[in-house]
Amino acid sequence: MSEDIKLIDVYIMGKHYKVPEGLTIMTALEYCGYRLVRGVGCRAGFCGACATVYNFKNDPQLRFDLACQKTVEQDMYLAQIPFFPAAKAIYDIEKLEPVGATVLSIYPLMEKCFGCNTCTKACPQELEVMWYMSDALRGDIPEVMNKSFDCVMCGLCAARCPQGLVPYNYALLCRRLYGRYLAPRSKHLDDRIKEIEAGKYNAEIDKLKKADKNELQRLYQSRDIEAAY
Amino acid sequence: MPYPAYMEESIRKVEATREKRLKEEMPRLSDAEKAPLLKEFHPDFIEKNMRQLVVGPNKGGKAPLELADLLEGNSRIDPAKIKIDKFDFDVDVLIIGFGGAGASAALLAQENGAKVLVATKLRLGDANTVGAQAGTQAADRPEDSPLIHYIDTIGGGHYANIPELVEALVKDAPSAIKWLEDLGICWDKNPDGSMHELSGGGASRLRLHSCRDYTGLEEMRVLRDEFRNRQIDFLEYAPAIELIMDEKGTVCGAVLVNLETNELVLVKAKAMILATGGIGRLHIQGFPTTNHYGATADGMVLAYRAGAELIFIDTMQYHPTGAVFPVQILGQLVTEKVRTLGAQLCNIEGEQFIMPLEPRDVVASAIIRECKGRNKGIKTPTGELGVWLDSPMIDLIRGEGTIARELPAMVRQFGRYNIDIIKEPMLIYPTLHYQNGGIKIDPDGATTVPGLFAAGEVAGGIHGRNRLIGNSTLDIFVFGRRAGRAAAHYAKKSKTGNPALEHVRRWQKEIEKAGIAKSRPISPRLLPDYARQPYDYLADYAKDMLAPGQVKAA
Repeated sequence: MSEDIKLIDVYIMGKHYKVPEGLTIMTALEYCGYRLVRGVGCRAGFCGACATVYNFKNDPQLRFDLACQKTVEQDMYLAQIPFFPAAKAIYDIEKLEPVGATVLSIYPLMEKCFGCNTCTKACPQELEVMWYMSDALRGDIPEVMNKSFDCVMCGLCAARCPQGLVPYNYALLCRRLYGRYLAPRSKHLDDRIKEIEAGKYNAEIDKLKKADKNELQRLYQSRDIEAAY
Repeated sequence: MPYPAYMEESIRKVEATREKRLKEEMPRLSDAEKAPLLKEFHPDFIEKNMRQLVVGPNKGGKAPLELADLLEGNSRIDPAKIKIDKFDFDVDVLIIGFGGAGASAALLAQENGAKVLVATKLRLGDANTVGAQAGTQAADRPEDSPLIHYIDTIGGGHYANIPELVEALVKDAPSAIKWLEDLGICWDKNPDGSMHELSGGGASRLRLHSCRDYTGLEEMRVLRDEFRNRQIDFLEYAPAIELIMDEKGTVCGAVLVNLETNELVLVKAKAMILATGGIGRLHIQGFPTTNHYGATADGMVLAYRAGAELIFIDTMQYHPTGAVFPVQILGQLVTEKVRTLGAQLCNIEGEQFIMPLEPRDVVASAIIRECKGRNKGIKTPTGELGVWLDSPMIDLIRGEGTIARELPAMVRQFGRYNIDIIKEPMLIYPTLHYQNGGIKIDPDGATTVPGLFAAGEVAGGIHGRNRLIGNSTLDIFVFGRRAGRAAAHYAKKSKTGNPALEHVRRWQKEIEKAGIAKSRPISPRLLPDYARQPYDYLADYAKDMLAPGQVKAA
């Protein structure tokens, strides 16, 4: 680390450290000597393992983010949040009807949502969690799918919900119902599967498997290429 | 202003050439043109960063230094100290790892009547699968066919791929897509239900099935949910540190360790599937990586020590477009979907220098040549070199709103640092992304060691010497399912002898005899060590007093 990099003050579980400006919360913890086992995953904002809370020395308001994506700022108070289990129902996707009543019967507590919007404020992906909760209560499964699609299942909405609800698991059920039952089916996919099962390509693939490098090279170089757009 | 002023100057040049580039067609390179480009600029060809293995099944073969050290490493355990007579679990199929391949294998093994246990190093689903953005290949459109998919795959792999594995890949692809849809995955579709498919580097048809730019995340969260609905046993934070074998050399279980307490967990299994993923966190040749925290090549190390042959381990995939600015996201993936949608690559002068949808090794080499061979890269304030990936082209080509709709993860990731990729390009450079090779398998995922199967990135042969976009999030399902099914059937008829750790004893003797034991690290690696250690204050005698497992890994 060269001398001209500015150091800023952060507090990890209340203890003071100086770290170089520009680190993320995660790399700041590592810079201070923490060897992470929990609270770390893809390190790229996709897996939700590093959901974290923080506030500032002179501002007690809690903020929420992913530790691998959020840059540290002067006087930040950092913490690692403890694990707690979130309720997940067991169901057989094959036997469900894709309607709102299904979601409500699997997760009856959902009705306790009183629309406080704490979940939305906690979402590091900036999803409209409360609004998809109200879509779910109205039985609008496509809209829950759409609004919740970018969810990384970090669990912060559930951690903050004063009613103990688990919005991200309700949304997951809605998306699965949508993908399984409500999305229009793809005919060309089914047709191709039937062709393959009927052995339509076997003889030609056998030929390719036996082809030598020169022949494969010739075929590869002479491919006609479909326009990308 | 997100970019420093001197970088904005170069962006003005990129903007100035957009109109010209809208019409400009970069030629695809012939095999004869590709060869010297790869040889001069692809990291796989830098001889001093490779060495020959001196022990094990691949003795005499080459591997990158970082991997070679771990493959020839010392076991974490002393077989004399572990009694293999009482097991904590006794199952039909033990699966190590839970990304897309491990999850698929678990579901299929259970469906085929096996009692399954999954053990994984981090949480269920903490795997490279979740970070895969662009999509999954399957030749299901009328304009496409499994034959064309076969030729694209084997040409991209430099004709080194194992034909039987490519056959399985392309023939199973459409049914894998269907299987995922039946489980509830929301594929991007056109209003009539047909798949909304995109092109990809090295593919001659539109063949990528995507879920916005969260494809792998969508696949993983649905499979994990299904896995939990099936109530299959699992252990988190419990990586395997050694296999258990009988006197005939058949794999019959594994030694796991509880990462938090160092307690050992002994598992007896009639068959075992390694689905431990890739290698990125070894930072081969010092590259940053797109890979998740646990990608440390553990499965290859365990299999190698048990006598399994590895294949194509001297070739890594450097994804052409890793972020280099801002420094907070250095090395993180900028999905190839950005190029499939129409973004082009430009140097500091705003000039194109490569057809953006060539296979990944070719594009990566061209970017390295532009920066290091031609000195036309852009240097960041922290000293990284990169070229522009001109994302605003996408909306020019496909209409306003395309970027926001198709690339929400990318818009969000750069937006956090006040870079609006709808209006400004991204600065990128190749980043370590994927191991092209791995444990040699047959079409059922069987390795060269009886009782041991492998699937997903840890396996090798499918992709030859270079994998195409969207063939990885395909192979995890194709070979995960195949391995799960095959392992369940194998377990029904396998008769294992006396479980022991004799092969570990033999291994230690072998590396001692070769005179390398003292110079090699402990392996498998388990986790990278990014924690800063300002100084080592422990007295030498104190180091000897550390409890087993507390020994520092590196």
